[in-house]
Amino acid sequence: MVDLAEHNPAVNNAGDVAPPRRSVPRWVITTGSITILLILWEIFGRDINPIFGSYPSAIFEAFLALLRSGKLGVALLQSIQPFLLGYGAAIVIGVPLGLIIGRFWVAEAALGILVTGGYAMPLVALVPLLVLWFGLGFAVKAAVIFLMSVFPICINTWLGVKSVPKTLIDVGKSLVAPNSVILRRIVLPATLPYIMAGIKLAVGRAVVGMVIAEFFTSISGLGAIIINSANNFDTATMFVPIIILMVLAVGLNALLGWFERIVAPWQEEIAGRN
Amino acid sequence: MGEVRLIDVSKRFALRIEGAVQTVNALDRLNFTVADGEVVALIGPSGCGKTTALRIAMGLEKATTGVVTVDGTAIRGCGYDRGIVFQHAELLPWLNALQNVEFGLEMKGVRGAELHDTAMKYLTLVGLKDSIKRRPYQLSGGMQQRVGIARALAIDPKVLLMDEPFGALDAQTREGLQSELLDIHARTKKTVLFVTHDLDEAVLLADRVVVMQHGRLQEIIDVPLPRPRDDLAAIRGSEAFAQTRYHIWRALHAGAPTVH
Repeated sequence: MVDLAEHNPAVNNAGDVAPPRRSVPRWVITTGSITILLILWEIFGRDINPIFGSYPSAIFEAFLALLRSGKLGVALLQSIQPFLLGYGAAIVIGVPLGLIIGRFWVAEAALGILVTGGYAMPLVALVPLLVLWFGLGFAVKAAVIFLMSVFPICINTWLGVKSVPKTLIDVGKSLVAPNSVILRRIVLPATLPYIMAGIKLAVGRAVVGMVIAEFFTSISGLGAIIINSANNFDTATMFVPIIILMVLAVGLNALLGWFERIVAPWQEEIAGRN
Repeated sequence: MGEVRLIDVSKRFALRIEGAVQTVNALDRLNFTVADGEVVALIGPSGCGKTTALRIAMGLEKATTGVVTVDGTAIRGCGYDRGIVFQHAELLPWLNALQNVEFGLEMKGVRGAELHDTAMKYLTLVGLKDSIKRRPYQLSGGMQQRVGIARALAIDPKVLLMDEPFGALDAQTREGLQSELLDIHARTKKTVLFVTHDLDEAVLLADRVVVMQHGRLQEIIDVPLPRPRDDLAAIRGSEAFAQTRYHIWRALHAGAPTVH
């Protein structure tokens, strides 16, 4: 057997060489940019009539007041429970649906148009109808959140399946793998980065859906705090749930990014670390 | 046993070019046989249909007319009697080298300790025993293709089909893998049909060279080089190598339109 001199130092020493270090860590820059934004907001926000705007320290005071009164905790729970159910159901239904639509042309012909149409559907206009069907409580929130997030998840999965290299499918076929095995062992992992992108995109839409549902019902949850404080011209309090939702969405995205690196670590190797 | 026979294999497909439908004859009544244990090279200019012929032999594409037989039985789609090595290895990027080889074995129904042992045996055969935990993107191009070869060999096919297996590699790596393939063939006696556009590679590796032009068989040329072929440098310098190479070169140019 001939021993080959194909020593590519970049490849062979991959484990020995530490990834290039930046002089300033990424999180320092992010923290700095947020700090600067908050300082500017604090300085210029104070000059604005408190009905038309607010500023970080006033919002923080309102946050503490809400927290002490116990309203915030209750509202958060009322919002997060339907969020988790609606968003979770969107993942559980959207991903397999996207896989099937992408892989089988009959499913694509039958369902593709509905999914594309559903994505563009002006859901806000349908919320009053959904309220009639599901009432004013938990169920309607979960339904709106589900409908807002299922389509981007499904469409992204579908697109991902379409972009799986034909040659990888050929690998499965050449090994006489049945269609179901090709779908599960080749198409699904190859589509994972797209699925994760869809799931991340859907976070934002799910949050919007949650707030919309709570606006219409306006009795519970973070959305109710927003609309009720806006009606009372209490702008600082209105900003509290808005900022909490943004923080939660960013946190969920970071969590999903971490999860993606666990389940699809090869993706970083393909794209290159950056 | 492992005799592959292509009988009157034709492949036509319709192309829509600016609204008009044109029928393209990718393969036109191709006939040749690869004997058991023989190494045959399919050579021809790009677009001559050599890769299509290989994919039909694998069962990845259907012939419009004609049949492919392995040991006298007509093939129906893919089967474990044939293993294919793709041009760019086509490893599954989420699996490491060992898992990629095991994947093929799992599809064949191999389980338990046999799964691991067989995969290790073939990874050792291709000289990758120490890199089994690396994922494809942590392997060089040459190493990836060795995993591809191990995956194809592990299912113990009668016939190894290879689609320009070394075409994407640098010259030095290619020469190394060519002699490894000769070595593997000497040990396993598998029937090998491989596609190439490299004249030297065809002569060095094959017992016979099938020259194709425009989807048709142009000529079949015997390579009068004895086996085992250990000293590739000496073979390259030999008279027989030069003559066979020239013979193939002439056949390749005989059917080609002259360009002035």
